[in-house]
Amino acid sequence: MARMKFLCDADRCIECNACVTACKNAHDVPWGINRRRVVTINDGKPGERSVSMACMHCTDAPCAAVCPVDCFYTTADAVVLHSKDLCIGCGYCFYACPFGAPQYPRVGNFGTRGKMDKCTFCAGGPEADSTEIEYAKYGANRLNEGKLPLCAEMCSTKSLLAGDGEIIASIYRERVTQRGYGSGAWGWQTAYRETVEV
Amino acid sequence: MRIWSLGRLISPAVAALILAFGLLVVPAVAQNGSSGSNPTAQAVNEQQLLDELNKVQGRITIPDRKAATLQQPQGRDYQGFHERALPWIGAIAIIGMLLVLALFYLFRGRIRTLAGESGIRILRFNALERLAHWTTATAFIILAITGLNFVFGKRLLMPLIGPEAFSTWSIWAKYAHDFVAWAFMLGVLVMLVLWVWDNFPDRYDANWLKSAGGMFDKSNRTHPPAGRFNTGQKLIFWAVVLGGIALSASGIFMLFPFAFTDINGMQTAQYIHAIVGVLLIAVMIAHIYIGTLGMEGAYEAMGSGTVDLNWAKEHHSVWVDEQQAKTKGGVPPHTAPTPAE
Repeated sequence: MARMKFLCDADRCIECNACVTACKNAHDVPWGINRRRVVTINDGKPGERSVSMACMHCTDAPCAAVCPVDCFYTTADAVVLHSKDLCIGCGYCFYACPFGAPQYPRVGNFGTRGKMDKCTFCAGGPEADSTEIEYAKYGANRLNEGKLPLCAEMCSTKSLLAGDGEIIASIYRERVTQRGYGSGAWGWQTAYRETVEV
Repeated sequence: MRIWSLGRLISPAVAALILAFGLLVVPAVAQNGSSGSNPTAQAVNEQQLLDELNKVQGRITIPDRKAATLQQPQGRDYQGFHERALPWIGAIAIIGMLLVLALFYLFRGRIRTLAGESGIRILRFNALERLAHWTTATAFIILAITGLNFVFGKRLLMPLIGPEAFSTWSIWAKYAHDFVAWAFMLGVLVMLVLWVWDNFPDRYDANWLKSAGGMFDKSNRTHPPAGRFNTGQKLIFWAVVLGGIALSASGIFMLFPFAFTDINGMQTAQYIHAIVGVLLIAVMIAHIYIGTLGMEGAYEAMGSGTVDLNWAKEHHSVWVDEQQAKTKGGVPPHTAPTPAE
């Protein structure tokens, strides 16, 4: 089985936000919720870099650990998913997530956030695969159709890589060797407790 | 007309020149780029940002300001606190307190009123004081149970009732916690106003502490003098007031997420709220024990509001003297009718 991961090659990201738009379109993500976003560091200064970020599907996922109702589960592909039926909207997963991935439909005063929503690695949720109810709650299940996440598939510069961790790491390693530089696999150390050694 | 035609001639010529120049120059620049300057030399470095700022922040083009934080590894610390430190702290504090009280009960038994009942009852807590106490107490018990549910519920209750029922219960527990909190906050404030003057240290505290309030004297003859509240009660009062204020402040931060602070502030609010919460629960277990099972005549003070004169003389001798001095002839104030027995 594959160990699914995301890798954003920040030296290629041009902050076009196509990944964000592709994600919103693929899953009919409600207004105000961003399963994926692009953050620009040192904007306008020499050496600025943009990184596209969503749920990293961490090893020993902090969100799953702190959930008071244990609504998270990890698939055979190491994708971290959750059940919106069990979620109580307490917000703990957002405090635990190193990447700000969990999203809520409402601001959340007096515990009224609503059910948490986050990147599913285009793998749906606990409902039966590729059903209408799964789509309504969690969005498209592309993995079930043999496809990788749409954000990475649509990336115009192929900055965003999604797939088996070994394969995307080797693609990135090859790029860095060929072009002679690379600012690293952002977030990998925190998410997977390992990084891509080049 | 002439200028127009001249322009039409010149423009392509200029364009061709620029293009030719560009073709010559660009490879030179490119060669320079690959051989000399590394485009990542000035690039931001993740590890450096984490080392210097502890997190990675940038600019975002969506309205949600929280999203500008690209990475906060402190989430892993929060995970460690929430899943390793907190359950241990909570379990040790609560089970530890229950064990201590069980041992104390085995050692000391129920503390009796040495002189027996006199039949004369004096007012100890008026209606407002009892209302404030029981409002706070009821709220606290609801908050304690629903709060502990966030730490121990999935470990103890969920295996028994299943994930679906546990989720439904937890949603209601969350709303109860969020709204009953206001009754607790109000109650703590009222108790602070009502009792703060009786809870400042006085000259009897040192002696009371020295004999531990006579708690460990099995003969039950040690009754150090005390005012309206003895030192132990004062410590409970300040634990409730200071702990209650810490819980209220950190709780308000959590009721209005990100209104007053950022992600790390939210985590700190949880650390404070959870630790103070489980410690105050442990303190309150001791308070409930001594106020009910642990001491004869103690519950009545907050139950009916009156206590037996002999009980008062043993436990709050200075207070009884003060009350009697207020009335002429040594008749205790607010004498309630003796129950017909």
